[in-house]
Amino acid sequence: MGCSVTASAAGEAIDAAKLTNLVRQDCGSCHGLTLRGGLGKPLTPDSLADWDSAQLKHIILDGVPGTPMPGWRPLLSEAEAIWIADMLKRGAVQ
Amino acid sequence: MRTVILALALVALGAVFRAADADELRGTGDLGIVIERTSGAVTIVDTTKHSVLGRVEGLGDMSHASAVFSRDQRYAFVFGRDGGLTKIDLLRGVIVKRVLQAGNSIGGAISDDGTLVAVSNYTPGGVRVFDSDTLDPVADIPAIAADGKPSKTVGLVDLPGRRFAYTLYDAGEIWIADLSNGEAPVLTKLTGIGKLPYDGNVTPDGRHYLAGLFGEDGVVHVDLWHEPLVAERILDGYGRGEEKLPVYKMPHLEGWGATGDVMLIPAVGRHELLAVDARSFKEVGRIPTYGQPVFAVARPDGRHVWVNFAHPLNDTIDVVDTLTLKRVHRLVAGPAVLHMEFTPRGHEIWVSVRDADRVQIYDARTFALKGELAVKNPSGIFFTARATRIGQ
Repeated sequence: MGCSVTASAAGEAIDAAKLTNLVRQDCGSCHGLTLRGGLGKPLTPDSLADWDSAQLKHIILDGVPGTPMPGWRPLLSEAEAIWIADMLKRGAVQ
Repeated sequence: MRTVILALALVALGAVFRAADADELRGTGDLGIVIERTSGAVTIVDTTKHSVLGRVEGLGDMSHASAVFSRDQRYAFVFGRDGGLTKIDLLRGVIVKRVLQAGNSIGGAISDDGTLVAVSNYTPGGVRVFDSDTLDPVADIPAIAADGKPSKTVGLVDLPGRRFAYTLYDAGEIWIADLSNGEAPVLTKLTGIGKLPYDGNVTPDGRHYLAGLFGEDGVVHVDLWHEPLVAERILDGYGRGEEKLPVYKMPHLEGWGATGDVMLIPAVGRHELLAVDARSFKEVGRIPTYGQPVFAVARPDGRHVWVNFAHPLNDTIDVVDTLTLKRVHRLVAGPAVLHMEFTPRGHEIWVSVRDADRVQIYDARTFALKGELAVKNPSGIFFTARATRIGQ
């Protein structure tokens, strides 16, 4: 977990360990620690197959109106959201 | 690295304690368990000695896991996210029985006579009931709502008389399942209660069931002493039309304890607690808080309520006086405070600090830190005294 800072495509530093912990623990509080769903939908690659990373980034940043999914824009940058979207699509957080 | 070593040390210690304790008589009234949400394990704690008695692994996905206890306070029934229902022997530190009863679950309850364990499910929805002795299935109660669709269930609690109450999240209904006449549940359904009820709980006397709404500003109240049952809206429009803040962690309705004259309820998407008169259920005040409340847990004497907060303001705890409705203390416990549990008569409160891999023990009157235990990613803390309370 020590040297996990990488650069995003936009050149912004991404703290991979911090974001991975956020996804597992804080997204996980609704979507399940293994991201197989809970009050929120599953976030496994299969269940996300119909969305591309740009659409997922939009959902992460702005939420889904009428549901408990909040917009994370106050807490995450565009680069961080796209990094999370890519990681979810690849099934890299399990 | 330090964490890993501590965790390994705990495993080793647990094994030693179990072996050493095998022939030693002891009670269980001061024991408890701490959920380790990422390790699929629970740590068994002695709340008198502030020590770890053992550790039980192999419990599956423990995010949002919770537990209830047998009447003799020897066995814990642990409800995992992955549908696992696990019965643990606290004295031996072993799994007695484990069943995967559903695909995705959210907690459970034990009947007042101790014979039935009910589990609330997201997938396939509904509630399943098991024999507490064998974990054999007793009843399967699908939650097919008035609109014909299956629903996730939340806010499952026991009620006096071998009954359970719970809420249908998708459908906006409250159901009461009566199993007093054997194994075929008799259902009472209250429909159209409001949008997206996210949790429910009952007062310690088993009389008033409350369900919090996420989809609109309000709370639903059912007085279980008055037949026929009516779902009454309280705190209607408490947000006064203001836009909700983004909610990064769902609040919970748990731990009202004996709150005396007022109950403090988390406001959804707001930095405040709503104070409700415990007889009239009218709003009697609001208390501004550090963040969005997740748990508002009453000290067992009811005088103070300890409150933790949603991400990202989840390092802090506020303590509120229920007499003056003013905050009397604020403390920074550490990164990601997830849960708080008072000792049965409220001399201490145990706090799980997830990202510090620690459970911290505070004096509940002086707020002084009295001790800490190393536990990997701790979340829910459950003490055996819950076995003696209605609505756990």
